[in-house]
Amino acid sequence: MIDSKNLNLYYGQYHALKNISLSMPAKSVTALIGPSGCGKSTFLRTLNRMNDLIPGVKIDGDVLIDGKDIYKDKMDIDLLRKKVGMVFQKANPFPKSIFENIAYGLRVNGVRDESFIKERVEKSLKQAALWGEVKDVLKKSALALSGGQQQRLCIARALAVEPQVLLMDEPASALDPISTSKIEELIHELKRDFTIAIVTHNMQQAARVSDYTAFFYLGELVELDETKTIFINPKKEQTQNYITGRFG
Amino acid sequence: MKTKNISEFIAFNIFRLLSLIIVLVLVAILSFIVVRGAKVINWEFLTAMPKEGMTQGGIFPAIVGTICLVGGSMLFAFPLGVLSGIYLNEYMRASWFKRFMKLMTNNLAGVPSIVFGLFGMSLFVNTLGFGDSILAGSLTLGLLSLPVIIRTTEEALKSIDNTYREGSYALGATKLQTIRRVVLPMAYPNIITGFILSVGRVSGETAPILFTVAAYFLPKLPSGIFDQVMALPYHLYVITTSGTDVEASRGMAYGTALVLIMMVLILNITATIVRKKLNKKLKVN
Repeated sequence: MIDSKNLNLYYGQYHALKNISLSMPAKSVTALIGPSGCGKSTFLRTLNRMNDLIPGVKIDGDVLIDGKDIYKDKMDIDLLRKKVGMVFQKANPFPKSIFENIAYGLRVNGVRDESFIKERVEKSLKQAALWGEVKDVLKKSALALSGGQQQRLCIARALAVEPQVLLMDEPASALDPISTSKIEELIHELKRDFTIAIVTHNMQQAARVSDYTAFFYLGELVELDETKTIFINPKKEQTQNYITGRFG
Repeated sequence: MKTKNISEFIAFNIFRLLSLIIVLVLVAILSFIVVRGAKVINWEFLTAMPKEGMTQGGIFPAIVGTICLVGGSMLFAFPLGVLSGIYLNEYMRASWFKRFMKLMTNNLAGVPSIVFGLFGMSLFVNTLGFGDSILAGSLTLGLLSLPVIIRTTEEALKSIDNTYREGSYALGATKLQTIRRVVLPMAYPNIITGFILSVGRVSGETAPILFTVAAYFLPKLPSGIFDQVMALPYHLYVITTSGTDVEASRGMAYGTALVLIMMVLILNITATIVRKKLNKKLKVN
């Protein structure tokens, strides 16, 4: 599903990602772990070309999603981002109503049919396990929701445009334990339909939610394997040191 | 008491004293004008033409003139300034040219208004042949307020966290859609603040309209944008310094000043209400 080959990324002179070759199978969860500044978030953001927004970024190598090289093949970036949704570290609902937050992605992609939008809003909120809590207050401002609800709203918002891939950049790092476990349950549900890549600083979280784990260190991919193997029997010493908390 | 607490106490009271002085000065000026001006303000003063060498009658044409000039200048400067601000903050990448543009905008904001007046006269009145007219005056006033509008727009946009832009792009929205549907609605309240500041400044400016539109005495209403008009600040200047009978028009002068201040005040209040409404709409419905 997602295939990066010899991916290099530079912030000006700084070589932030070094020769990353990494595959993520469809309908699975891959956790990206590693200490701060190791490049895991940067890598995540190459998958929907979010790094394009940062001046001075240079990228070479290939990233194939669904067989298409997203940095070549005259990729339509807006279409790519529709296909590859993203959830950010800080919940960032727009200062609009709950309904309009979810409808936003549809509207900007040219959907005019209000009954279709209504249907999709409901479906997305159900997928994000938020429908029950908000179905009577859809017209209320999204900013009135709690932090955990806001983050699930952002997930619902991403799901509304029917992506195939969902990128999550530390989606629960600002949430309390209960909200966090709700997000984790949700990830478990969502992987039936979506390919998920999640950046996390929380090792237990990586172990709980992911099928595969990739360990990044100093801009390199040190090890990628099934999560079980990474946590029980890692092949590289660096990985072992990191997951046992000896550095990082 | 610890020294830390003493210095805290002293500092706090110095701040309080200074704020108090500023407020007192403001209140003194205002009450001076209100007391002297209120005496002459009545329905005739607001709606009649000036009479008897501007020592009697009203200031109606000057009120209308100022409204025309403020409206005209904002019609020109507000869209232009907001669009430039959007371009500067949302589209331009950091470069020497951007720094140059910012430097120039800042410099422009510091140019004395009489210079704008001269520039307006030479460009709009003479070169473009608009003559002394509402059009020439409005454009000159517009130029004067452009830098302020550009700067406040830019600052308003800059204060919006990038995560909102990224959130929008991540859903497949284009840059224009992101700006129109997410960024601008969040920035409106602050952009409107810039608008208010400009309106306040423009309505009180005398120098830029001196050579471009203002009439010394013109007891009729304008019929088009190529007409001259009287304007409140200039009228005030005229009847206090070079009227037919400066002593006799003293009361009229305070009345004019009061009307001018009230106009700005009403605009400020309206804009504050609008801003509050917008802010509320953004937060909790």
